Amino acid sequence: MRLLYEENIEDIALGAAVLGTGGGGDPYVGKLMAREAIRQYGPVELYTLDELDDDDLIVPSAGMGAPIVIVEKLPAGDDMIRAFQALGKYSGREPRGTMSIEAGGLNSIMPIYVAARLRIPMVDCDGMGRAFPEIQMTIFTAYGITASPFAMSDERGNVLLMDTVSNKWVETFARSCVVHMGAEGMIALYSATVKQLKEAAIYGTITLAEEIGQTVRDARLNEANPVDAVRKAVGGFLIFRGKITDVDRRIEGGWNRGDATMAGTGDFEGQALKLDFQNEHLAVRVNGEFAATVPDLIAVLDGETGEPITTEALRYGMRVAVIAFPCAPQWREPDALKLAHPRYFGYDVDYIPVEERYRGL
Amino acid sequence: MRIGIDVGGTNTDAVLMDGTTVVSSTKTPTTANVSEGIAAALRDVIADSGINTASIDGVMIGTTHFTNAVVERKHLTPTACIRLGLPATVCLPPMVDWPLDLRDIVGGNAHLAHGGHEFDGREISAFEPDEVRDIAEKIKAAGLKAIAISSVFSPVNSIFEEQSAEIVRSVIPDANITLSSEIGRIGLLERENAAIMNSCLRQLAARTVDGFKAALDELRITSPFYISQNDGTLMNADFAKEYPVLTFASGPTNSMRGAAFLSGLKDAIVVDVGGTTTDIGVLQHGFPRVAALAVDIGGVRTNFRMPDTYSIGLGGGSLIQEDPLKVGPRSVGYELTEKALVFGGDVLTATDIIVAGGVSTPREGGSVEGGALNIGDSNVVADLDSGLVEAVQARIMEMIAIAVDRMKTSATPVPVIVVGGGSILVTGEIEGASEIIKPDHFPVANAIGAAIAQVGGECDRIFSLAELSRDEALDQAKQEASDRAVNAGAAAASVDIVDVEEVPLAYLPGNATRIMVKAVGDLRGVLPPGEGGGVERGA
Repeated sequence: MRLLYEENIEDIALGAAVLGTGGGGDPYVGKLMAREAIRQYGPVELYTLDELDDDDLIVPSAGMGAPIVIVEKLPAGDDMIRAFQALGKYSGREPRGTMSIEAGGLNSIMPIYVAARLRIPMVDCDGMGRAFPEIQMTIFTAYGITASPFAMSDERGNVLLMDTVSNKWVETFARSCVVHMGAEGMIALYSATVKQLKEAAIYGTITLAEEIGQTVRDARLNEANPVDAVRKAVGGFLIFRGKITDVDRRIEGGWNRGDATMAGTGDFEGQALKLDFQNEHLAVRVNGEFAATVPDLIAVLDGETGEPITTEALRYGMRVAVIAFPCAPQWREPDALKLAHPRYFGYDVDYIPVEERYRGL
Repeated sequence: MRIGIDVGGTNTDAVLMDGTTVVSSTKTPTTANVSEGIAAALRDVIADSGINTASIDGVMIGTTHFTNAVVERKHLTPTACIRLGLPATVCLPPMVDWPLDLRDIVGGNAHLAHGGHEFDGREISAFEPDEVRDIAEKIKAAGLKAIAISSVFSPVNSIFEEQSAEIVRSVIPDANITLSSEIGRIGLLERENAAIMNSCLRQLAARTVDGFKAALDELRITSPFYISQNDGTLMNADFAKEYPVLTFASGPTNSMRGAAFLSGLKDAIVVDVGGTTTDIGVLQHGFPRVAALAVDIGGVRTNFRMPDTYSIGLGGGSLIQEDPLKVGPRSVGYELTEKALVFGGDVLTATDIIVAGGVSTPREGGSVEGGALNIGDSNVVADLDSGLVEAVQARIMEMIAIAVDRMKTSATPVPVIVVGGGSILVTGEIEGASEIIKPDHFPVANAIGAAIAQVGGECDRIFSLAELSRDEALDQAKQEASDRAVNAGAAAASVDIVDVEEVPLAYLPGNATRIMVKAVGDLRGVLPPGEGGGVERGA
């Protein structure tokens, strides 16, 4: 167990933005919530799974809805607590702690708020090792952990409880209910015992996010190369360095879809890159050949500062570096892979792990 | 005739313009009491031209005074904030993301009340007048008169902010109230931050604007005067007293607008070379392209429409390091005229290299004040290694070329306009530039930008395209923006839509789309249609 203080939050937020691979929402609101709760209630205890009892019940907390709404209708705070507690009540068990369902973006940090306010442990693991747009897209789905029972609350005090036949049904119902809550709802879902989590969860992702953030900060202070520091911290590969030459965005099926093209610079002079995104980055092609795809992580970083760039902020002329790094190994098992396979997102290609593509380079 | 004044941190520049002609210009040091500096600059340009002050139609002033006040934590009035949105937003109260020192100075007097709207216009909770009255009594008891009022999604519906203001005024009749919906866009904390800063700057704004007025009175200039704002448009003096935060980015904006005017170009890259830094911005339709990301003012996050500028550490005072070759970012700054070799100092600066190179000749007819051929003592640098001189010049051009490329909106070559006191540094071609223009009067481009400013209006709202067609929604947005421009003082016939931006909102139902429109027009009475207005717009 170690304690998370205010100072740790800044690094976690920066790392979470890298793991958000262009999506997952701006961690700014989550960062402020966690920071304020720690100022008021004291540091948060961060546990590894090994430090907890196998029977302990852990209930992940998150927010869902439209990122543009959350920056305007700031959460009440009580809504998160209410959803968390409603789930415990429905389960008939007192949750021992909370955790993040996704390590990338806003939802990596929001549970720290719950942990601080309720003075319960935060567990250093998550269900994706990255960010994905839909509720059923977790390793947990593949391991038979159900998103139900599912609780969702708004600032008014409404609490919805759902018990569904599949994780996809939670996504379907919750997505339409959240609209009535003003496109913003606080949720608790995927409750699981520590024993289940030891099998299915991705370990150490809060610590990983913090290390990434710390690395970027240190590299900036020491005038080192922050891009290379991030690449090393995540065990990834430099796919490209270049300049964005075009960004095309469109709305398809309720998603922000689009692609960016880049022209190589330096060692990549003469090469062309195409990056596709649907909320998060999905695939990247260099000179027409796939260089990395989901479920591996693709991050676009400012070429100088190493600051992660979200898909909304991609713009012509930016000098960027693209890195790709291996997803959590659990994603590569058949049941998990079909949830986040390139084919699920419409690419008629086999999934080849990024480190195989870059072996020997 | 118009006078444009730019009150910067170091210099106060002034220009006198007759229609599109610059009659005279001056650079004077900025004084602690800004009105003295302005009076001095005014005396210079008027004496220089010998005109009668009665022939002056308007005075336009650009100033960084209010930005500096926040950055330096000076002259700020303690301010209370009332936010309507309960039960939402509780965990992040007003000023939660401010630096603590600034929050202490402003007072941290924050209150939450019921009200607020959803993105689609539904109420979050009913507005409770008694609750707001109680809060107003508390604020009164605390002796505060400066108050900011914010409400969730007030850019969609501002009714609760307005009702609250009425109640507060009934309790505190001389309250100074800023509504967040008047100055900001979506993003509650950022908009509220701007509203609070606005209220806490109003006393200073009143004093400063009165000081400007006093300087004009002293010189018997009776024409109206205006203050330029972030987006290059003007507000009248009374409006500036009400909305000082709207001047936060007027400095870079004016230099870019001045560059547009001087060059006659509407779409170009502007390179403003100063003593320590070079700022690169993009002109679109004669206005600066605005930044997409949140902008910090003195450590406080705001969502103003600020010009999207990129700065590099290159200027006339940049230090030259020979091995390995390095230009800047360290600079002798304002001490250039003491420390550079050509001025008898012992520091090798970018200016020395350019003088040694001696190649910077002004364009035909250009009046380069203190131009390359007449800067300090060129004999001192005559013996500089010519290889070094060429290498540094090449490096400078490379630095500028990379920064220009970064700011370009497409791969097509675009014209580059070079302004600012350090413009002599630009001695060659810039890759990706279709042409390089160093217009006349380039050292005072920012004062010219102030002189030619126009007035504008904006609309920034979420529309549901389930109820309206896209064209209807756009028309509505354009009409709102145009009406606001006219209300702000634009001549109706001259109003033109200069910017339309649509952001489709994924996740939201009913095909919700955020539409942002900006309209601008020439100021009524000052720039009659057909005369003046050096930058032509629209085709």
